[in-house]
Amino acid sequence: MAASGLSAEVDVGQVVLPGDVLLLPAAPNADGERLRLGPSSAPRGRLLCGPGLRRCAAGLLVTKCGLLRHRPPAGAGTGGGAYWVDSQQKRYVPVKGDPIIGIVTAKAGDIFKVDVGGSEQASLSYLAFEGATKRNRPNVQVGDLVYGQFIVANKDMEPEMVCIDSSGRANGMGIIGHEGLLFKVSLGLIRKLLAPNCEIIQELGQLYPFEIVLGMNGRIWVKAKTVQQTLIVANILEACEHMTSEQRKQALAKLSES
Amino acid sequence: MKETPLSNCEKRFLLRAIEERKRLDGRQSYDYRNVRVSFGTDYGCCVVELGKTRVLGQVSCELVAPKPNRATEGILFFNLELSPMASPAFELGRQSELLVKLNRLLERCLRNSKCIDTESLCVVAGEKVWQIRVDLHLLNHDGNIIDAASIAAIVALCHFRRPDISVQGEEITVYTPEERDPVPLSIHHMPICVSFAFFKQGTYLLVDPSEREERVMDGLLVIAMNKHHEICTIQSSGGIMLLKDQVLRCSKITGVKVAEITELIQKALENDRKVRKEGGKCGFAESIPNQKITAFKMERAPVDANDVEEQAEEIIMKADPPLDVFAKPILWTPGTAQIGEGVENSWGELEESERGEEEDDDNDPDTLEDPKMEMEDVSIVSKTKKDDTIVLSDSEEEEVVILKPEKVPKKTRTPTSSKQENSSKKVSNKKRKKKRVSY
Repeated sequence: MAASGLSAEVDVGQVVLPGDVLLLPAAPNADGERLRLGPSSAPRGRLLCGPGLRRCAAGLLVTKCGLLRHRPPAGAGTGGGAYWVDSQQKRYVPVKGDPIIGIVTAKAGDIFKVDVGGSEQASLSYLAFEGATKRNRPNVQVGDLVYGQFIVANKDMEPEMVCIDSSGRANGMGIIGHEGLLFKVSLGLIRKLLAPNCEIIQELGQLYPFEIVLGMNGRIWVKAKTVQQTLIVANILEACEHMTSEQRKQALAKLSES
Repeated sequence: MKETPLSNCEKRFLLRAIEERKRLDGRQSYDYRNVRVSFGTDYGCCVVELGKTRVLGQVSCELVAPKPNRATEGILFFNLELSPMASPAFELGRQSELLVKLNRLLERCLRNSKCIDTESLCVVAGEKVWQIRVDLHLLNHDGNIIDAASIAAIVALCHFRRPDISVQGEEITVYTPEERDPVPLSIHHMPICVSFAFFKQGTYLLVDPSEREERVMDGLLVIAMNKHHEICTIQSSGGIMLLKDQVLRCSKITGVKVAEITELIQKALENDRKVRKEGGKCGFAESIPNQKITAFKMERAPVDANDVEEQAEEIIMKADPPLDVFAKPILWTPGTAQIGEGVENSWGELEESERGEEEDDDNDPDTLEDPKMEMEDVSIVSKTKKDDTIVLSDSEEEEVVILKPEKVPKKTRTPTSSKQENSSKKVSNKKRKKKRVSY
């Protein structure tokens, strides 16, 4: 293997391994799909380097194993679009800005300790809820579920989360209700479900009406009218990981008949 | 890592579901999860999967001196280990309450029920007995460790074969598996534990609780029974009050479940015996299925089919004519034959004996080990006959061999030639390796 980088072309949609160096095209092609070997030069326009990739001297350094993906630039012509690596993993690492479902484990004075599935528990201040003041504290008990996002998340510090957005409104975040079922899936499935116009959610919605909250840490909360329906939705979502879309459609058709 | 705490929401939902007689994975209240038994290549090694709970069992034996107050009985030793691999709640090295409880239960179930005949493990009374050691490792914790562990222990014991021995006076001869077939242990019956989880002060009962159900249960009742409906052990934990008829009902359910599981175990043991007898492949690599996320994904590799004909014609024109095929083998000695003459070697001048070796190496690479070994012996013998002094080491070290870089016949840059260079490199590597072996 050459010291500088890959000696073969790497297409978007192929498997890449950590340590691979991807050299950017000197002149972007018509479709911008191929990353070729060649003297690297600064790419024109802004190139977004997504999860699993890092900038290095020669180009992009792959840090996770998975499939390489590319999104062409939204505007016309300029800009290199975005590259990222689609990888499969179950263990969550807190990332700033991720919306997550946490379980409150302790109340310590002004803050709540929340378990988010990472190596450390996140801290959540009681003032970080909509309409909360020093006198008007939110009604959070140990063992409750909260849906919030990270404002501080790096590997050297304890992560911090809040249940309001930057303008002070809840925007769907906060304490999740007392009914419903929480279960865990892999992170890749969550990203698939969060993609716009996800088929799975739409098809399930036609089956039964239900409420669903997806946390980027692999946790899903579901609530339907009856216990049986909730269980069905939960089991289908867990099984979606390993089913192709035809199998899923068959399973849903069988359910809607019975 | 700490274990994920159970949220109030989950607890409430689970209890509500149990009240409506619904379980998370769709089972009925008295249903077991799927039990799968797979065996390793060694005797006495097995993996039992109860749903997602997995236990690995390994049995080993050793000849030791018996306990002084039990001079004619063998020794049984059981050990269950919970490692952090099974669940983040388990810490290595720490004797947790759960571990002690499980180990005690296993011992009572298997040792006190006298399922293994310890008298048959005695070799010389008072001096040598077999010590049978059963090691169980929990690989994944998804509830109901004790059931999976007891099944793994009894399956491993039934599968195990100890070396055959013969006693002549004071002499004990232990035969290796090659000399005499190893002997199975003498097992009277197969006790299997069945767990019952109780909820809401004993109102609701579930068989084979999964991990989440275990977290919300009030109490646990474990009954160990064999297929003859003999109860080997009963243990109730959690401090719940059970009524007489509840316990009787549980024991009836246990009888049914144990019969099913025993049948499954017998079938698995029978299958494994058949496979081993026929000499087929056995072991975990065969029996444990591959779990791949991309199991359904198929990559279509695009093949560039442009100009295939022109490329092919070019290659054929530049290629050498095919070598004459020698179909008749030449017999050197009984057991050693040569087919064909092999390619020209590119290493320069070498000694006669080594050249003789090489020619045989260039034959089809699938020759058996024995003819190769014989060939090397022949070459060494021929060497010593020729020389006056006996050469003990390889000639490479004693004489200087100048390698003349012979011209490789082709130096064209079409892709096929690179393949040929690679193959010649491979062949020369093979030659190098063979020289080292012939020390």
